[in-house]
Amino acid sequence: MSPRHAKHLLSIDDLTADDIHHLLELTDHMVEINHRPIPKVPALRGKNVVSLFFEDSTRTRTSFDTAAKRLSADTMNFAVSSSSVNKGESLRDTIETISAMGVDAFVIRHKSSGVPGLITRWTDASIVNAGDGWHQHPTQALLDCYTIRTRLNRRDGFDGLRIAIVGDIKHSRVARSDVQAFAALGAHVTLVAPPTLLPPALHDWPVAVSHDLDSLLPDLDVLYLLRVQRERMDDALLPSMHEYSAMYGLTAARAARLAPHALVMHPGPMNRGVEIVVDPADLPGSAILDQVTNGVAVRMAVLFSLLGTGGDLRSETLS
Amino acid sequence: MTASVQAREVLSADDVRRALTRIAHEIVERNHGLEQVVVVGLQRGGVWVAEALAAILVGIDPAHPVPIGSLDVSFHRDDVGLRPIVPGHVTDIPVELDGRTVILCDDVLFTGRTVRAALEALNDYGRPRAVQLAVMVDRGHRELPIRPDFVGKNLPTSREEQVAATSDGVTIR
Repeated sequence: MSPRHAKHLLSIDDLTADDIHHLLELTDHMVEINHRPIPKVPALRGKNVVSLFFEDSTRTRTSFDTAAKRLSADTMNFAVSSSSVNKGESLRDTIETISAMGVDAFVIRHKSSGVPGLITRWTDASIVNAGDGWHQHPTQALLDCYTIRTRLNRRDGFDGLRIAIVGDIKHSRVARSDVQAFAALGAHVTLVAPPTLLPPALHDWPVAVSHDLDSLLPDLDVLYLLRVQRERMDDALLPSMHEYSAMYGLTAARAARLAPHALVMHPGPMNRGVEIVVDPADLPGSAILDQVTNGVAVRMAVLFSLLGTGGDLRSETLS
Repeated sequence: MTASVQAREVLSADDVRRALTRIAHEIVERNHGLEQVVVVGLQRGGVWVAEALAAILVGIDPAHPVPIGSLDVSFHRDDVGLRPIVPGHVTDIPVELDGRTVILCDDVLFTGRTVRAALEALNDYGRPRAVQLAVMVDRGHRELPIRPDFVGKNLPTSREEQVAATSDGVTIR
């Protein structure tokens, strides 16, 4: 069956479970490419992928850049600090100017929710959301799904899997994307956080909520730790990092209570000593480096599905 | 699609088996044995050809069982972006290809574009000593300078006809 063709990837909400499965299957092919002695294919030769990061990021930007290059796309990184944005150019003018150079896809990160969606109105290029405000980080959710799918051998879906997402849910685009993706694949998701770090309206989220991590630990298949941002302390949402760590941090004692097969995941960068107190290298269930590795393959699958599948010029058969 | 036209059998299952047996012997003869030979089927239609040939080859020379691989060329095609690409199974090349003789296998050779993509894809896995092409059916209409080394059946066709080649036989419609 031919997959649905989409032009943009803005939110996990736009994807059906079938769409997610298709992207994860495509990722299998990209993983194989990445294991070749020469991990590069000509699939997106001549396509121009421009990364526009209005907010700091090392791993996501590098990951997209590597993904585009392994598919032979041309890449351009737009460093906002050295750009005309600092000379007062509007976002719209920036997009229209770069588009005029011939761009097939923009990879956008911005501190404000909804900016990638807004940009779709100003350019013919495909838009990939690489994180917008508290809203969405869809490729992170896809790489998390891929990591769980391969590590726990769940090719057909996550039915019955118990996943806890722990930490600053309220300000986390990763949590929003992950909840939608995990739930779409059938997992049972529990959010674990102090009340101050939970979003105010959770009634339409497909999740359970708990403030007690310790009672959940033995039943979990996946423990997903979010980064605690130090600036939340200034907002008086957390009394102290030490208290957070005592209540919700992954200590050696908590790690020992996880099931032997359970995965520990983290989107990075980690605050060692806060949300993760043990050294992840000592955790047999740590999938944190797998997440980084899989990130490249998932982003290859996303770029290929947006730019390489030729949805506009359909033909019936492959010869 | 011309679904109303009846499919016509060109080769029976027995004919296919005999043709593959002949090709297997030609492979052994051309390569003076099977040392260093590996068969690689093109996804999806060529995989059964590679498996069938390997099964016959092991009967001819049990001392050198031939490794079987499969190659998906979706990401090397020259028509990426012109039509939907639905990759088959993930590529599986089980051995180093450096210095090997690769027998690329496909069911039907038509324009030659899939084979061109396959030759390029193989480069990513190393530098074979030689690459030879075995196809069950050569139906003509080449668009590139590509020629098979081993052919089950030369079958003149029009561009509009559809050829299907499986272990159950070869049909045209």
